[in-house]
Amino acid sequence: MNNLIIKYYYGDYGDREAPTGGGIVKTSANEWPLWEVFIRSKQGLDHKHVGSLHAVDAQMAVENARDVYTRRQEGVSIWVVESKYVHASNPDEAESFYEPANDKVYRHPTFYDLPDEVKHM
Amino acid sequence: MNTQTFLYSLHLADNALILGQRNAEWTGHGPVLEQDIAITNISLDLLGQARNFYQYAAFLFNGFNEEQKKAVDQYIPRLWKKYNRELQEDDLAFLREEQQYLNLLITELPRGDWAQSVLRQFFFSAFQFYLYQQLQNNADQQLAAIAEKSIKEVTYHLRWSGEWVIRLGDGTNESNDRMKNALTDQWMFTGEMFMPEAYELLDVSTIKNSWTKKVDDILSQATLELPKQTWMQSGGKHGKHSEYLGYLLTEMQYLQRTFPNVTW
Repeated sequence: MNNLIIKYYYGDYGDREAPTGGGIVKTSANEWPLWEVFIRSKQGLDHKHVGSLHAVDAQMAVENARDVYTRRQEGVSIWVVESKYVHASNPDEAESFYEPANDKVYRHPTFYDLPDEVKHM
Repeated sequence: MNTQTFLYSLHLADNALILGQRNAEWTGHGPVLEQDIAITNISLDLLGQARNFYQYAAFLFNGFNEEQKKAVDQYIPRLWKKYNRELQEDDLAFLREEQQYLNLLITELPRGDWAQSVLRQFFFSAFQFYLYQQLQNNADQQLAAIAEKSIKEVTYHLRWSGEWVIRLGDGTNESNDRMKNALTDQWMFTGEMFMPEAYELLDVSTIKNSWTKKVDDILSQATLELPKQTWMQSGGKHGKHSEYLGYLLTEMQYLQRTFPNVTW
């Protein structure tokens, strides 16, 4: 009964071993590794995640990303990272990770009233 | 603006169109998704180059006097003559018969398996690369401009296909065997690229050295040997084609011949 519902995670977590190759399918010896692709557009400052693809090595991954993800002038710079090196936070721990920050208003700069004499802050 | 430029433009256009059509046969059948997209992208690039050259050729033809038109009449599509309008790029591309096409024989070879396609692409892209490099400095402004635009695309084609030749040649036993077969099949079609033809606006035998150097370099990295054979097939450049072209044109021209003067 326990094995009927299996949750798949993306990437791995620092605290335990996890599925590699994207975590969705078991990678066999015949399958090429999965890579995550990040593209920076001409007006952008950061590389955004646009998807993933399979490739044998880094150079092929960059070329595949050029062929698949820059066809419509989406970007001018490509980063590829093998999926197994992307470490993600565990969604099960989301509650303890993110909710404590909800009611701590004093962490925002706008919480503070500045006196008028302070001109540059 | 003369008949020589017209024929040369037609030859360059036919090369790109026929190979573009061949590569497009991989649509949906590529070995891996990313490579399916890669080779069809290359096909589209080639079609773009073909369009540029056909537009130029049609423009030249429409400006010819009667004597010039007669001189190139054997390459003009018969069907178009009934339409009673100016010659357009599509007429040149889709209404000619086998003996009116001036493409290299290597472009009409069947797509075969992946090894054959990447090897053929490598041979052809290396040729195009050095050709366009020279063509950029040609006296004819339009051809030089098209070459300058296209060489960026061809640089990538050469890189992509060269790496695949190395990957397959220096891969498993099976991939090496397949590459060897492809090399044996295709080597005799590589000589035609450097046989000078009357209508060419530059001497193609001058780019043979660069081409051979590049091919030697990549093939040695791929642990493949150059075939010893020296006899080369020819004829494509003056309209004598293999049987393969007939089947390719049947598929490519079916729509335009079934619905004459059709518009999209």
